[in-house]
Amino acid sequence: MPKNILDHNDIKRAIRRMAHEIIEKNKGIENLCLVGIQKGGVILATQLASQIESIENGIIDVGTLDITFYRDDINTKEEQPVVNRTEIPCNIDGKTVILVDDVLFTGRSIRAAMDALVDFGRPAQIQLAVLIDRGHRELPIRADYAGKNIPTAFSDLIEVSLEDDSIENKAVLINGD
Amino acid sequence: MIRSKDLLGIKELTPEEIYHILDTASGFRDVLRRDIKKVPPLRGKTVVSLFFEPSTRTKTSFALASKRMSADFVNFSVSTSSVVKGETIKDTALTIQALGADFVVVRHGSSGVPHLLSKILDISVINAGDGANEHPTQALLDLFTIQAHKKKFKDLTVAIIGDITHSRVAKSNIYALTKMGAKVRLICPPTLMPAEVEKLGVTVFHSIEEGIKKADVVMPLRLQLERQRKGFLPSVEEYFRLYGVTTDRMKLAKESAIVMHPGPMNRGVEIESALADGPKSVILEQVTNGLAVRMAVLYLLAGVKK
Repeated sequence: MPKNILDHNDIKRAIRRMAHEIIEKNKGIENLCLVGIQKGGVILATQLASQIESIENGIIDVGTLDITFYRDDINTKEEQPVVNRTEIPCNIDGKTVILVDDVLFTGRSIRAAMDALVDFGRPAQIQLAVLIDRGHRELPIRADYAGKNIPTAFSDLIEVSLEDDSIENKAVLINGD
Repeated sequence: MIRSKDLLGIKELTPEEIYHILDTASGFRDVLRRDIKKVPPLRGKTVVSLFFEPSTRTKTSFALASKRMSADFVNFSVSTSSVVKGETIKDTALTIQALGADFVVVRHGSSGVPHLLSKILDISVINAGDGANEHPTQALLDLFTIQAHKKKFKDLTVAIIGDITHSRVAKSNIYALTKMGAKVRLICPPTLMPAEVEKLGVTVFHSIEEGIKKADVVMPLRLQLERQRKGFLPSVEEYFRLYGVTTDRMKLAKESAIVMHPGPMNRGVEIESALADGPKSVILEQVTNGLAVRMAVLYLLAGVKK
């Protein structure tokens, strides 16, 4: 049975808190750039950005990053890769780039995203924001901002449905056994 | 999704597979526009080219495509190899596999050689041109270029002009374009038109003026003089006069029509020089797109379960 772990309001509050944390940690939004990882992180990044913008009354750059070509599992995955758009709107040299993803799991996507990102320039700093941290890291990677920590079994599946202007954003946990 | 470990021809692909290759290629097209044009997905893989016919552009394109994806590329030189000492193509191919290659890119003067190798080898075989049969990556890059300019294939009119009988580019493009829903017109002298070609779903014209009329895409092919036996044409000058694609004749096509050529082109034989350099020409774009498409093919085949 799928179990609801975050409902619409939980997600809204988590995003609002993360926005405040990002502003606090970076002492404002100057020199910041948000980059959403395809596909789950893209909408989260835009929602985080608009939250940050409304708090700070400023504008923040938002990009998208496709990590397909940087994955290490092309020979082991069952389904074949589908490429999505990469769009980095600004020069990231010397910037603080905040990678945004919906779920942090093994950390391999984040490793791939960092490799992809440094092909575009040399950021001063890379930070990581995720809506859900579900544990089971296989690499030394941690989130700087996490909406919620949720203990899971390795075989579980977490599905996050985020849509712009939706009233039904939610995250569900599907038991893997 | 790509089902086969090999790319033997367009004939074997479904429209869904073709779209998947084109979508993936557009991702690589973006990579090629960056400062750092290299990505890591084929790290540790080896691509070997085995060309029994001369080629610079296709081989260079495959070499760069491999290197842009961090694969190693090695050219198996036929003219200086054991092939001239009498080794069979089967033994040559098995040797390349035993050396640890993951892909063999093969071009051969006889139709069906890649198909033969695909049955012998466990590694991926990519057809880079087999006789007068197919040249699938050329047709894919042509589709990619057409899509970039016309956004769709359905009901587009594409006029292919030239030596249809001897052209594997024509054959692959006929399969590709008809599968995607475009209307294909073939224009050439009766001596260069294969028998019963209409069965492939194309329309045949012997007058270039009629064939080009209202076309969206005009694609002259190189006159393959090295493959023709004597007697097909009186002279190349007469061919240009009767079938050459010129700025004047392009006025019969749609205003927005583009001119494509698979290269290498013979200026003043199948295409007017000024037209090849003019604003309607997308010939150099095709070359760049070829790189992206070949990257996509190598990349997707690497992901097929063997």
